Amino acid sequence: MDVVFLARIQFMFTIGFHYLFPPLSIGLALMLVLMEGMYLVTKEEKYKVMTKFWMNIFALSFAMGVASGIVQVFSFGNNWSRYSKFVGDVFGGALAAEGIFAFFLEAGFLGLMLFGWDKVKPKIHYLATVLVAFGAHFSAIWICIANSWMQTPAGFKILGEGHQARAVITDFWAMMFNPSSLVRITHVLIGCWLTGVFIVLSVAGYYLLRKRHIEFAKSTMKLGLYVGAVMVVLQLISADSSAEVVAKHQPEKLAAMEGVFTTRPHTPMTLIGYPDMEKQEVKGLKIPSLLSFLTYKDFKTPVTGLDKFPKKNWPNVPLVFATYHIMIYCWVAMVVSLLLGGYFFWKKKIEKARATLILLTFSVFFPYIANQVGWYTAEFGRQPWIVYHLLRTAEGVSKSVSAAQVLGSLIMFFVIYSLLFCLFIFLLNRKIHHGPEYEQEDMRSLEYRPLI
Amino acid sequence: MLSLAEVWYGVVCIAAIAYVVLDGFDLGVGMLHLFTRKDEERRLMLNAIGPVWDGNEVWLVVVGGALLAGFPPAYATLCSAFYTPFMIFLAGIIFRAVAIEFRSKLSHKGWRQLWDIVFSLGSYIITIVLGVLLGNLITGIPLDKEGEFYGSFFGFFTPYTLLMGLMAVVLFMMHGSIYLNMKIEGAFHATTRRWSTRTMIFFVITYISATFATLVAMPHMLDLMREIPYLYLLGVVAMLSIANIPRMLSKGQDGWAFTSSCCSIALLFLLFGVGMYPVIIRSSVETSLHSITLYNSAASTLTLKVLMIIAGIGLPLVIAYGFWIYRIFRGKVKLDKWSY
Repeated sequence: MDVVFLARIQFMFTIGFHYLFPPLSIGLALMLVLMEGMYLVTKEEKYKVMTKFWMNIFALSFAMGVASGIVQVFSFGNNWSRYSKFVGDVFGGALAAEGIFAFFLEAGFLGLMLFGWDKVKPKIHYLATVLVAFGAHFSAIWICIANSWMQTPAGFKILGEGHQARAVITDFWAMMFNPSSLVRITHVLIGCWLTGVFIVLSVAGYYLLRKRHIEFAKSTMKLGLYVGAVMVVLQLISADSSAEVVAKHQPEKLAAMEGVFTTRPHTPMTLIGYPDMEKQEVKGLKIPSLLSFLTYKDFKTPVTGLDKFPKKNWPNVPLVFATYHIMIYCWVAMVVSLLLGGYFFWKKKIEKARATLILLTFSVFFPYIANQVGWYTAEFGRQPWIVYHLLRTAEGVSKSVSAAQVLGSLIMFFVIYSLLFCLFIFLLNRKIHHGPEYEQEDMRSLEYRPLI
Repeated sequence: MLSLAEVWYGVVCIAAIAYVVLDGFDLGVGMLHLFTRKDEERRLMLNAIGPVWDGNEVWLVVVGGALLAGFPPAYATLCSAFYTPFMIFLAGIIFRAVAIEFRSKLSHKGWRQLWDIVFSLGSYIITIVLGVLLGNLITGIPLDKEGEFYGSFFGFFTPYTLLMGLMAVVLFMMHGSIYLNMKIEGAFHATTRRWSTRTMIFFVITYISATFATLVAMPHMLDLMREIPYLYLLGVVAMLSIANIPRMLSKGQDGWAFTSSCCSIALLFLLFGVGMYPVIIRSSVETSLHSITLYNSAASTLTLKVLMIIAGIGLPLVIAYGFWIYRIFRGKVKLDKWSY
């Protein structure tokens, strides 16, 4: 196995694992701001209980996010040192800003938020919660800017040639607000908020199903349904503007997402199907002209197909096609869950609607899968480029690192992350089972056996 | 007049100093964690660093980001050359972070003992790798003319680099125990005071050996001092600052002892920065040609300007609210229902 392949697998695995936690933290941060805000306004104890319960889960998710996030900061240099030299001038600024403006805010005020309930006034505590949420969001914004620059580079020039070539900033604001920055930030953040909404709905659904903590579950569910309804609509609008940007700036990615092999007017959109690579066509259920309409708001304008690009610049079409469609199906599933949940909730029949409660309990998987496959679409769709049209992925790896080293560290991460994932699920599950009013038994007087 | 790259080298140094001074004490507390066997005392130690360790570790991310942004080739070579040590380091970081969070989640003896070991072991691993890495930056590593590393993993371990690893361990343990003196009261305070005295003795021994080893074997660390003799004062101040620690400890001035300890670590790191200047990664072969310096690896002027603005706005803010948070949590630790 070659270094490039292993390094790609490693990056995909470590970033994929990392991305299980930030959306949960960001989504929960928003929910915490709402919950604690309601507590401050209404002074009702139930909101305080709710806030503390979710704050505990937030802390767990945050710790996992930090642990797996530090790996990512160094991964660019570890496996992709050639890439780091190429983009450092551009990418580094965004990463440094993320550290200074986002991580400190998050990590600094996290301590106050978790341990400061009795140390400061309620309003100051709320300020800490809001600042943690701000930090979590800033961090997503900076990293999305850096990623967007890799997709749609702007505001730079290339200095040097061959191995010495590197991108250098010429216009900072053009780099920051490159064509895909804003649409990516909104799409990603709404995805995170949906994760927060659905974990809340899922736990509330589970409690109602088991007839436990009913009051807690109902008020949590109400909040989740309201926020969720807003978010799914916003996500649809954001998806539409994202697609337009992809069509304009990365046409081969859009062609792969929709499986458009040949350019022709009235481009159809596939609802369900698969791309046949040999015959170069998509088999399945299609709606004529829909893709043309969605992209250009006109039924006739052809969407540029893969035939306009040399084959060596194609992304992996079946992969991009599949991940993109799964993301859309997840959105549909979220809408269905919210509609059913909302209907029964307002009819005051939610406690008896077992099928809906079961659906809601499992609904947390929909935003999770959507977040993961959504990023797969964005990143597989960028291939074979690591920086779109500037640097090929194969050219980005570290020269001094051997396949054995990358394989070794890949195995290490695989073992560690699998272990951590099991422990995370175990602790999360325990926390949910114990419910909002559980207190640990006191072990202060315990003495451990000597180790040696 | 200093160039932008030179100023940014200073900023990276300041961030690195903030990292070793701050994360230094929580790593030290981690290394001392298993020295007591009572759950209550372990919890007191954990909660002494509980609200702040996370923020301390962010300084490491800032050092990484600042290096990548200001000196991309230095970051690229650092991370890819020290590949395997980095992986061990990252494993330590991951396990330590989750151990702190996981430990308190279950009231089960075996569970807690397990995460206590993981937490402490992680603290040792992180500290040793940091020390050995710093040692290697001083001795230099083999780089080719494109700045790519071509040595081996075992080449990182020489008597000198191992001595630096050891020094980092005892230094942080001392620093951690002095921090605990401020945060702990009652009978346990006597224990932490005893730790301070013992680690202090070990530290002074390794510090003297490391200083001699550097003067004898690494004379290049004095190059800049020979040019600007005033810099020798830094060494003198560092020695005075270290000498002040036992003085303050014996007077029972825990706060001042901690301040001295912070200053000592900062000065020692500053001496390292001055010794390295203007080199970031020293090449052991063809040193003057193959080394990565702040001059041959600096990012473009515009990027450096942007970075200055980011740091100029960001760092004062970070320092201001950092102080505020430390103030809120000042004083002795008490276990309540929010604690770990």
